[in-house]
Amino acid sequence: MSEQFYNILIVGVGGQGVLLASEIISQVAMNAGMDVKKSEIHGMSQRGGVVTSHVRIGKKVYSPTIQQGEVDFLMGFEKAEALRFVGWMKKTGTVVVSHTTLVPAIVTSSKEFHYPEDAIADLKNKAHNVIDVEADKIAGELGNPRLVNTILIGVLANLLPFEEKLWVDVIKSLVKEKFVAVNLQAFARGREFIWGGGSPPPRRN
Amino acid sequence: MKQLLSGNEAVARGAYEAGVKMAVGYPGTPSTEILETMAERHRSVYSQWSPNEKVAFEVGIGASIGGARTLVTMKHVGLNVAADPLMTFAYTGVNGGFVFVSADDPEMHSSQNEQDNRIFARFANIPFLEPADSQESKDMLVAAYEISERFDTPVMLRMTTRISHTMGIVEVIEPLQPQERKFVKNPEKYVMIPSNAKVRHVVVAQRLIDLAKYSEQTPFNYIESNGSKVGIISGGVAYQYAKEVAPQFDYYKIGFGYPLPLEGIRQFVAAHDITLVVEELEPVYEDQIKAAGVKVEGKKYFGALGELSPSRVAKGLKEAGLIDKVVVPEITQEDLFPRPPVLCPGCPHRGAFMALKKLGVAVTGDIGCYTLGVLKPLNALDTCICMGASIGNAIGMEKVQGSATGTVAVIGDSTFFHSGITGLLDAVYNQSNVTVIILDNRATAMTGGQEHPGTGKTLMGEPVGRTDIQELVRALGVKNFEEVDAYDFDATLSCVKRQMATPGPSVILTSRPCVLMPKRIMDEPYQIDLELCNGCSACFRISCPAIAASTETNERGHAKAIIDETLCTGCTLCAQICPTEAILLKSQFAKA
Repeated sequence: MSEQFYNILIVGVGGQGVLLASEIISQVAMNAGMDVKKSEIHGMSQRGGVVTSHVRIGKKVYSPTIQQGEVDFLMGFEKAEALRFVGWMKKTGTVVVSHTTLVPAIVTSSKEFHYPEDAIADLKNKAHNVIDVEADKIAGELGNPRLVNTILIGVLANLLPFEEKLWVDVIKSLVKEKFVAVNLQAFARGREFIWGGGSPPPRRN
Repeated sequence: MKQLLSGNEAVARGAYEAGVKMAVGYPGTPSTEILETMAERHRSVYSQWSPNEKVAFEVGIGASIGGARTLVTMKHVGLNVAADPLMTFAYTGVNGGFVFVSADDPEMHSSQNEQDNRIFARFANIPFLEPADSQESKDMLVAAYEISERFDTPVMLRMTTRISHTMGIVEVIEPLQPQERKFVKNPEKYVMIPSNAKVRHVVVAQRLIDLAKYSEQTPFNYIESNGSKVGIISGGVAYQYAKEVAPQFDYYKIGFGYPLPLEGIRQFVAAHDITLVVEELEPVYEDQIKAAGVKVEGKKYFGALGELSPSRVAKGLKEAGLIDKVVVPEITQEDLFPRPPVLCPGCPHRGAFMALKKLGVAVTGDIGCYTLGVLKPLNALDTCICMGASIGNAIGMEKVQGSATGTVAVIGDSTFFHSGITGLLDAVYNQSNVTVIILDNRATAMTGGQEHPGTGKTLMGEPVGRTDIQELVRALGVKNFEEVDAYDFDATLSCVKRQMATPGPSVILTSRPCVLMPKRIMDEPYQIDLELCNGCSACFRISCPAIAASTETNERGHAKAIIDETLCTGCTLCAQICPTEAILLKSQFAKA
């Protein structure tokens, strides 16, 4: 494991749980014995702006931020936001994206700006590996639209070398008690997504 | 034991481990979580929010002179507010160890400027430490107390957003039990009348000489030798970026940043063919090293504006001819809409801004959530300078333009307590015809809803009596006072008109609390009747995140509106301004 290095960029909109998701991933990596740094920008972005979190996992991590062009996994909790950051990907990287659509007021109130017609198709044109998940729909089935982040963590867990138990324990410790059960369900739905969907997980080179 | 901690959480942990007895500050991104962590996890330490950074600093000085190890926290611009006590406290020195955190914000992620506060330490003749990760944030804070007590000086811990908000692995230990100190009367040391201050200035000068010697041997300044002919002098997060892209070079890592270890640096530079200084923002190290006659370069390759990044450092090293390949691809920025932060659905500031926009008057703004009122499509603010500036700005504008044009200042409750009171006092004293709207949402909302003197609760959660803004304002001498429900658009509009027409200073207080704090406020949501909606876009112009464009259009092809009922708080504003009355409560809609 010591040779491996993972650069994970998580993007979304304020309130979607970007920061909790990146904390879960970082904690799992630390518990697995890796060095980890997680860097985020919040403040004004909490008011419906773009939120990004960089997670870097390896034997020894220096920079808290990922270099452009070095992202292994781009996690998009909102599809247009994933598109905004797809230029940060490594050629061999994988995008894990939710179909979630959040159109800001600046688009509705002006003629100047447009939300992309088909952001998922655009992503597939620009990145080699795109796993698109109807996480918004699954979250709705589970009864809470805020579960998109945990569902995508479940998908990502299939692509990282950490044991199931580590994920479950960290989710239990970081999520508020009354939401633990439903978050574990959401995580399981994410885990199933690839294996159940029949397509094999993309491999990193 | 290992824990994953942000730089801010690590500072809080460090304060606990160092035996700090008092922690005090004013919220400000990126520093806020330090005191929040104190109140949440380290409750044996007395922690408090003060109304502003100057008061916080003064409270901290009292605690230190009283014998306790003390922590004071603020963001970079907060130190401007606290600069007055700092400059003189540097003369008196401490009793119990005194460390203050300046959390700077390169790139201005949520700030109005990006000043480099390392310069402040030099200005005040005090040492600063500059951590490069969470572990160092904790270790340096603990060490800073020893330095403070040994050299009888306040010490600055200089953080930046990337350090404050980056989580990394930290080894935690059990708290120390620092030797108890008692208050001892000593006016020659603590009373800075000119005759005493002259003596103390000499002490400060000698202290700097002693600190310079310490700087040469402290373990926080060290060399990492890889047998390279290229030397890098760096500290803070800039060091991490440089190590990331060029681990092969030799490093002089600076953690104790003032005074610099100039003798060690001189030898380091002499032993290398070329030495570069990699530092974020101002050339603080570079200028001092050059002034000592030592040949280095830095800013001409890395620039002085904004945050550094591995890519920027790599480009600079390439320009200097030190590395060949730069693995930085030209990023293809997607041509996408922007997503700026906006006022929340149901935000009580929205009604006040709608009224001001309608009146088309000059509006001086301030620092807080309501600064977002400047953005499209509200466009409701004309100035934003610093905490508390709105009222002073309005007075000045009114004095030169005359009262006929009308000037309105908007200021939040926390900001009013922070530094708006003195501005209002000026308006009363100098009889300015300004109208001040205090947007009272009963929280320091921008930074996450912290308590303040008007909320009735302390940082540690104790209930206390709340300061009544109306009584305070009247006590300052304001005769014209009105409270208004900013959810009532017509009432707000006529109230502002009325008060603007009244001679002398007037104050309007808005009465609705923040929709998010302390608990998210949701009422019955509204819906839009698409048959009645004519696509006029009036509701789009109030910039509510719950209102979006629907797929249906009017005869001119303009989108009709829909409301996201999971976001709508039922504030009623859009329903009040809809000219076709197409916006109805969900229950009314079902009946119709």
